Amino acid sequence: MSDFETAGASTAAVPVAGVAGDSVAHAQLKKVKKQKVLLMGKSGSGKSSMRSIIFSNYLARDTRRLGATIDIDLSHVKFLGNLTLNLWDCGGQEAFMENYLSQQRAHVFSNVGVLIYVFDIESRDVERDLATYVNIISALVQYSREAKVFVLIHKMDLIQPTTREETFERRAAVVRRKTAEAVGIMHKQKPEQLQPPPPVDIDLQLFATSIWDQSLYKAWASIIHDLVPNLSIIETQLTSLGIAIDADEILLFERTSFLVVSKWTSREGERNPYGDRFERMSNILKSWKHTCSKYTGTPRNAEQFSDFEYKMGATFSMFATKFTTNTYILVCMPPGEARFNSAKLNVAAARPWFKFLDGPVVPPAGQGQMFVGTPTTGYGGEAGVGLSEG
Amino acid sequence: MENRQRLQKKDGPKAPDPTVPQTKAKPRLLLMGQRRSGKSSISSVVFHKLPPSETLFLESTARIQKDSLNSFMEFQVWDFPGQIDIFDNPNFTFDMDAIFGEIGALIWVIDAQDDYLEAVARLNTTILHLQRGYPHINIEVFIHKVDGLSDDYRLDIQRDVTIRIQDELSDQGLENAPVNFHLTSIYNHSIFEAFSKVIQKLIPRLGQLEAMLTNLCRTCRFEKAYLFDVNTKIYIATDSTPEDMASYEICSDYVDVIIDFTEVYGSWPRSQQWRDRLEGEPWSQPLDDQVACEWAESGMVLAEARRPIMLREVDRFLALVAIMKEGSYEKMPQINMNVDVVVKGLTEFFEITKNKDVVAAPGPGEVASPPLAQG
Ligand SMILES: Nc1nc2c(ncn2[C@@H]2O[C@H](COP(=O)(O)OP(=O)(O)OP(=O)(O)O)[C@@H](O)[C@H]2O)c(=O)[nH]1
Ligand SMILES: Nc1nc2c(ncn2[C@@H]2O[C@H](COP(=O)(O)OP(=O)(O)O)[C@@H](O)[C@H]2O)c(=O)[nH]1
Ligand SMILES: [Mg+2]
Ligand SMILES: [Mg+2]
Repeated sequence: MSDFETAGASTAAVPVAGVAGDSVAHAQLKKVKKQKVLLMGKSGSGKSSMRSIIFSNYLARDTRRLGATIDIDLSHVKFLGNLTLNLWDCGGQEAFMENYLSQQRAHVFSNVGVLIYVFDIESRDVERDLATYVNIISALVQYSREAKVFVLIHKMDLIQPTTREETFERRAAVVRRKTAEAVGIMHKQKPEQLQPPPPVDIDLQLFATSIWDQSLYKAWASIIHDLVPNLSIIETQLTSLGIAIDADEILLFERTSFLVVSKWTSREGERNPYGDRFERMSNILKSWKHTCSKYTGTPRNAEQFSDFEYKMGATFSMFATKFTTNTYILVCMPPGEARFNSAKLNVAAARPWFKFLDGPVVPPAGQGQMFVGTPTTGYGGEAGVGLSEG
Repeated sequence: MENRQRLQKKDGPKAPDPTVPQTKAKPRLLLMGQRRSGKSSISSVVFHKLPPSETLFLESTARIQKDSLNSFMEFQVWDFPGQIDIFDNPNFTFDMDAIFGEIGALIWVIDAQDDYLEAVARLNTTILHLQRGYPHINIEVFIHKVDGLSDDYRLDIQRDVTIRIQDELSDQGLENAPVNFHLTSIYNHSIFEAFSKVIQKLIPRLGQLEAMLTNLCRTCRFEKAYLFDVNTKIYIATDSTPEDMASYEICSDYVDVIIDFTEVYGSWPRSQQWRDRLEGEPWSQPLDDQVACEWAESGMVLAEARRPIMLREVDRFLALVAIMKEGSYEKMPQINMNVDVVVKGLTEFFEITKNKDVVAAPGPGEVASPPLAQG
């Protein structure tokens, strides 16, 4: 009935329709977005370690060399072309913390998009850690009530594997309770207001993390996920591409951090029992990048590999390749030589439609020209794959 | 392309029949040394894929842990409790023949971050016993936990341990005892490298395998080729070019990447619906016939050096991994044909080894002969 049932089966599949209605989408593309991200928690809890691994290509063991952060270490991380994270890595020694809460209060806590708060699971003084946390949340609610909060219960590798989950759940429950308390305090402090302030409902997410495994990528992918501009456009385009090339899964990675920016999964792909596969892929590819860098002697932030192919007999095929300037793409698909070759060509042909990931796009004069043309793939691309369903 | 593998399938060897009884002895690896020197950690990391950091939670070993490893050969790995001295035990007499009777290697683990005098003394006693009763056992000393030690310090320790052993043995009238030393750590590739060396000594007709790989490198213009045992990432043979830790590391990590992808995307059954659709119009062909190669194959181009890496599954246990010369990715079709031929030779080699057929194995020259269409 609908056109796309046969779409994938055609060697000539071209993601033309990925793009249907793109002139509209195009007009909605947002400009560069800046986000203030606070990274807080007690000294030694692992803040700078995580940031260095995710954004600066450190290996986990390299973090042993990090010294305590003095005051605030500010960095501007370019994530994709149109998102800049202003990362405030706030040194966690007590004197600094007190300072953030007093003298620097407005400066630190205004305009915050995201607060990432790190607890060291091995910390001996849990009560004190929590008290500080409550103060920080109060300050945040006061100045940036819209901010999202991510709490990372960190260094989970130090906990016996069998009790990790339980330990995390127990700690998470306490943190949730304390968060509610902190918000409550803020309400009580302003009784003189005539109208009660709208109930603050903090958007709080908790993760168990360790720099020694993939859990780090799971947490940070969630953190950046909501910050990425034009997410719905990316998702629509990926869906069209996935259907057109008959893929089972497509993952889009940011090139430096290898965090998953967006993903698409077919109905068959949804049956994959490995729920942790996205962070696992980030972890695998990133450590592979380190291996390559060591082997070739090129800097870790350089582009380390271009084309990767893997065909597992009649079970599945996959390939990963540099996609746009700021991204890598990984495609997992059914087996078959012809299907594979055509998918590779089509992914290459689809690059221009994702150009906006590399920076703010100035709408071309010819309104959406860039998106409409059928890419020439050498496969005679006119096969009209109507993805716009019936 | 489509038919590349069909050819091989038709005249290729049948997969080894697992029901054929193994008449061969199973080489045995005996892990011994002081307690907390790292024996159980080594065995868990290498043979059970335990992440190294989780060895912190291992409990002390109370009795001999016997593992059996089903791979291209069957191995046994015995992990001994450190506190028991089998040669001088007041409570119990060990059946030495039962321990050392089989062909194999004694792996003596010494903690390089700890005082090792007692370990060395016990090792000396052990060597003396073995040299008298069981001289067929290879003696391999792992100077272990060298992560965190400087290169100079590692070599100092190795020199010191070597001298202490050789001196003691020659005092006992044993000159040039065949003792091998390896610097190891579970936190990097060194432990897998060391096991590779240990195991290679136990493979019958290793020279033939090496010749096959050397030949492959020549015909395909590979820089280096390894035959890996996929489950353990131990390499059981390589070509004759000089040892190179860097290329072993990258090839071994490549195997890791492939293992992970295989698990995540290749280890669960697809639905019948999915298959029906893919085999229906317009393909109208079983999936098996839509692929060019029935075994796993993979390739990757490293960006800067433009040196591709390729991997090809040989059988359930083994994979061929090679680093290719710059710019050879374009020649992949011809390379694949050559690889097919060598893989076939390898399969035959292991079948013969397994079944202990006395038929002479094909010489390496015959195996990899089809000329790679060069230039
Ligand atoms: N075991 C373990 N150690 C970790 C982990 N994350 C970080 N560390 C170690 O913790 C130590 C302190 O880490 P830092 O990142 O410098 O801590 P910080 O939170 O930035 O500290 P301040 O800058 O003083 O606030 C380092 O030695 C890290 O190697 C983890 O997940 N597990
Ligand atoms: N730094 C370091 N520690 C290691 C290494 N191998 C093992 N260990 C640690 O040594 C301790 C004792 O290990 P275990 O395997 O139980 O020793 P066994 O008594 O010889 O079996 C554990 O805490 C391991 O984590 C290594 O290569 N480097
Ligand atoms: Mg810091
Ligand atoms: Mg033990």
